[in-house]
This record gives sequence, C-alpha cells and structure tokens, in this order.
Amino acid sequence: MQDSIVRLEGASKAFATPEGGSVTALDAIDLQVRRNEFLTLLGPSGCGKTTLLQAISGFVELDGGRILIDGEDMTDRPPYRRPVNTVFQNYALFPHMTVGENTAYALEVAGVAKAKRREQVAAALKMVGLEGMEGRRPRQLSGGQQQRVALARAIIARPKLLLLDEPLSALDKNLRQAMQIELKTLQHELGISFIFVTHDQQEALTMSDRVAVLSGGRIQQLDTPRAIYDRPVNSFVATFIGASNLFEGRIDGDRLMTSDGTEIRYRRTPSTTSGAATALIRPEQFFLADAGEPSPTLDVDLEAIVFVGSTFELFGRTPAGRKIVAEIPAGRRSLIGEIERTRRARLAYDPAAVHLIQPCAEA
Amino acid sequence: MSIAIRRRVQLVVLLGPVSLFLAVFFLGPLAIMMVTSFLAPGLYGGVEWTFYPHNFGRILGFADPMFEDFDPVYIAIFLRSVKIAALTVLAALLVCYPAAFCIARLSERWKNFCLFLITLPFFTSLIVRLFVWVLILRQTGLVNEMLLSTGMIARPLDLIYTDGAIILGMVYVFIPFMFMPVYASVEKLDWTLVRASLDLGAGPIRTFWRIILPLTAPGIVGGAIIVFIPALGNFVVPAILGGAKVMMLGNLIEQQFLAARNWPFGSALAMMVMSVMLVLLLVYVFASGRRGADAALNR
Repeated sequence: MQDSIVRLEGASKAFATPEGGSVTALDAIDLQVRRNEFLTLLGPSGCGKTTLLQAISGFVELDGGRILIDGEDMTDRPPYRRPVNTVFQNYALFPHMTVGENTAYALEVAGVAKAKRREQVAAALKMVGLEGMEGRRPRQLSGGQQQRVALARAIIARPKLLLLDEPLSALDKNLRQAMQIELKTLQHELGISFIFVTHDQQEALTMSDRVAVLSGGRIQQLDTPRAIYDRPVNSFVATFIGASNLFEGRIDGDRLMTSDGTEIRYRRTPSTTSGAATALIRPEQFFLADAGEPSPTLDVDLEAIVFVGSTFELFGRTPAGRKIVAEIPAGRRSLIGEIERTRRARLAYDPAAVHLIQPCAEA
Repeated sequence: MSIAIRRRVQLVVLLGPVSLFLAVFFLGPLAIMMVTSFLAPGLYGGVEWTFYPHNFGRILGFADPMFEDFDPVYIAIFLRSVKIAALTVLAALLVCYPAAFCIARLSERWKNFCLFLITLPFFTSLIVRLFVWVLILRQTGLVNEMLLSTGMIARPLDLIYTDGAIILGMVYVFIPFMFMPVYASVEKLDWTLVRASLDLGAGPIRTFWRIILPLTAPGIVGGAIIVFIPALGNFVVPAILGGAKVMMLGNLIEQQFLAARNWPFGSALAMMVMSVMLVLLLVYVFASGRRGADAALNR
C-alpha cells in the first residue's frame, strides 16, 4: 500500500452533546490519500470534515478505527509526534515572535542548528513570497501575508502531509483566488500531500485532485472534481456542488417519468436498471430551442431573468409547477429579447448529458 | 464657547475632585513625611526643627551619634522583608497560576462562581481572619492537636511565630491580588496557539516555556508587583503571625512611630521603602514600555 500516504480505517468519533445525547462526527470512515495528492474535504458545517482533519493531526482521539501515515500506525500518537503540520483557520501565528521566529519554530523544536535554520527560513519565506520579512511581527502584516507565514511555518519541516483547515476563509475574494492558485502550485513544487478542508465548493473544484464530499460523518463521494460535478452519486452531492435540476421519478425505457408527468429523456447505459431514479440536469446544459429543435425540450414559464455577465440565469416553472434553473450564454441576445417579451422559454437538452442517480448508489 | 475651551472645562470638572483629593490627602502627608525624615527626633517624642541627615545614615548602618555604633540591623531587616515578600509572591503564584488554568476552562457559570469565592474573603475583617490562623497554627492549635492525636509527633511543632507562618498568612491575604491579573491573562490565552505549537512538534513542556508562559507573562508580572509592594510593607500579618520574633519593615516603621516615638527615623524608613519600590516600578515600566510599544504595534 505504498501509493497511499494516509490511510484511515473505520475511523469513528462521537461527541457528547450538552443535552446528554451524542452526535456522530465520523461514522466509520475509510479514506486513502495518495502521495502528492491535493485532496479536499468538502461539506457543510457540522459534516465532520474538521473532526476528520483533527483526527489526522492528533487533536481528536478516535473512538474506533486506525490512522496510518506512511504505513505507520499514528492512532495513539500525540500531535507533536506526527509527521503532519497544519495551517490553521485563523493562522495561529505566535504574536510574541517575529515572522522569522514563527517560521523557524518547527526547526528550533527539532534541534536544527541556528545557521541552517536561518537558511531554511529564508528559503521558505521566499517560497511564499515574503522574502526579507523575518524581522516583522505577525500583527504588522496583512491577512494575506499572515496566511503566507502560516504556510511557510507549516511546510518548513517538510511534513509528510500538510493539513489546511479552511485557510482562505478569512481572505477577500480576489486574494482568495490568487492564493488558491498559489497553493496548488506550491503543493506541486513541494511534492507533499495536502488535505484541504473547506465548505466552499468552488474552492474545492478549483484546486483539488480529488474531492471527498462529507455529510453526516460519512464520505458521500470521493472522486475527481469533474466526476463529482458530472456524476454525483446522490442528490445531496448533486445539490451541494453547483446548481442543479433534479427530477425524481421512475425509469421507463429511455425516459424518466416524474409523478407530476414531466418526462426526461436520457441515454441508456448497460448499468441502467429499472425502478426509481433521479435525473440531474445542470443549468448550463439547457439551451434555448429554435423551432423544429430535434432535442427533447421542457416548456418553462419564466419568473426571473438575471444577467450575471457572461450568462443569463433563467428561473422558471414547468406547467406542472416544478422549479427549473437554466444558464444561457449571454451571446445570443436576440433569443433573450424574445423570451424576455413572452416570459416563456422552450429549454432543450441533450439526453446524453442527463445524469441518472440510481437509488442503489444512494445507499 | 469654543470646543477647545469646553473640552478643558470638562477635563477640569471631571478630574478636579480626584486631583484635589489626592493633592490634599496623599501628596500632603507625603510632603510632611519627607520633611520629617530630615529632622531630628525630640527627646520625648515629637521633632526638633533642625536639619538632621543621620536618619538615613542609620538605615544604612552608620552610627547615629545619638543612638548607636555601626550596626547593619536595618539592612538585615530590609533584606529579610524583601526575602519574605519575594517568597510570598512566589508561593501565591504557585497557587494561583494552576488554579487560573482550571477556572478558565470551566463553564461561564462556574467561572463566575469561582471568581466570587476568591473575592469572598474581602467580606470579613482581615484581623479576624488572621486570628483564625493563630487558632490553627498555635501550639495548642488545630494542626498540632491533630498531629499529636494521630501520634505523628510527640511534641507540638513551632508553627506560629516563624517566617513560614508569616509567608502563609501573607499568601492567604494576597491570593486575590495575585489571582485576578494572572487569571485575566490566562483566560484570554489563545489555545489555538498552543495547538499550533504541539502541531509543529513541540512537546507539552516546551510548549509551556515557549508559548504559554510568555503569553501569560504580563499577568504574572502584574500580579507579582501588586503582591510584592504591599507584602514588603505589611505589618499586620507579621504582628499577628510573627509575634515579637520576626521583625519586618512594616513592623519596624510602626514601632518607630508608635513605640519608639521616633517619627523622623520612621519617616526616613518609609521614604526608603517607597523609593526602592519606585525604582523597581520604574524599571518595570521602562522594560514593559518597550514591550508595550511592540504589543501596541501587534494589535
């Protein structure tokens, strides 16, 4: 099993609530993180993603299961004996130390000689774009700079694994996007596996090699960002990542019939079974149908047409009252003018682009 | 009326009463004491209005022609008082520091309850509380009776009228003064910093020395100062728990005023204690002023 750097086997954790009950934070989680992988734990708050991260760093003791890092059992090791470093959400820089002292801390603790320490600190700060800032105090720096110091401090001892606990959540949007790309580049240069925790699905899709979507203490789906977006295994994943139009119904040949009589066409694959299923159509998969459109269509009464720059977002309902969201490229102004006037649209879709979520996968 | 003038009037109105009070009742007596310390003692108490610098010489051990030959007894008393006050600070810190961590981790309700308990002693007279310690520590007191009855000792121990008894009594009296500043800095300690230290490979002991202690140092220093200063000049505790055996600066001064009726020498002693403390405080302010400037930048 040398291709995985971290292995969780049946990791379980429950917390007692003040009311005397208990909440399952981790429900027998199995997870393998590959070498040199950027893995994101994505989920709403309370889904167990932070608990999972803390179990790996050693701040949460598991009720059951094992954690192996690089083949070694870490389950009972304290945080300071694990080859793992963390970038904390609020940076957690030591206010009584300079940037240089903060960055050197892990080396100092490990007993690295002073001259060598200085060299490595300079290199680490250069890596995060803070050359020559050794003498500053953390609070003299901007949020983004503090973020970088936290990063330099966590990577300087070359951990086998870097954990990032929502490190970008305190930054403004532009800085955040810049840091996303930098983090990804840095991970590539270092060749260290990153486990990144976030509740921001856009962030997860942008940076990750693989994304683990968590909910209720379980991994709902673990796959590449594209697979998770295109082929969610259940409706939770489908609605949590991106906007979605979900149609629950029964399979009937190459179409799915909902209880309100809406008919969705899709392309059958050998794995398609019969019975109940949910069809997923992403908003951007709809396009405005011209007369004589060969593709299957849905007629929609529009409630709102929102211009968001590169696209128009259409919000409407089918005659049966089902809500539909569609995203139309803003280039086709003439058609938009038409539907703005009539407040009706015929939305077409490609049956091959319809993803079918089948209940067996939803277990 | 212009805003500037109005501001000034406000300032005078707001700060006037307290300034007046302090000028009359603090600076006034201080000035009297200062003048007195340079006067000669009268034969039957009171003062002679002549310049007489020997009071200060006497403290340092040089002979005062009126009283004695070279004798460093006052320096010895001063040093012993410093020692006892320092030990009091240390013992109070050893009690309060761990307790502050425990209480800081409690829920809001229990926290407030514990803080209330710590201030509870203020509700009773200090003298009464100290005499209870006499009952506990004396030869026929609680501790000795218990040890005797269990057969652990054959004769009562000398617990009371010792340096130990004074330190015990002073720690008891000054615990709230030490606890409050220590608790204030422990309570606002950011535990994610402790986590970060552990995460970066520092064990619990190193994390304590490198992170927890430096970050709670302001509270420790503050507590140490406000315990050390009154402990150095305290005379109630040594009088009650030290008996006649242990002389401290506070008792010495009290004695000069009330028993020996040598007001000039008592004043000189008081001035001396005050100036030593002032120097200590200035050193602290200067040292923390720099750190304070850093801290201000760190906000």
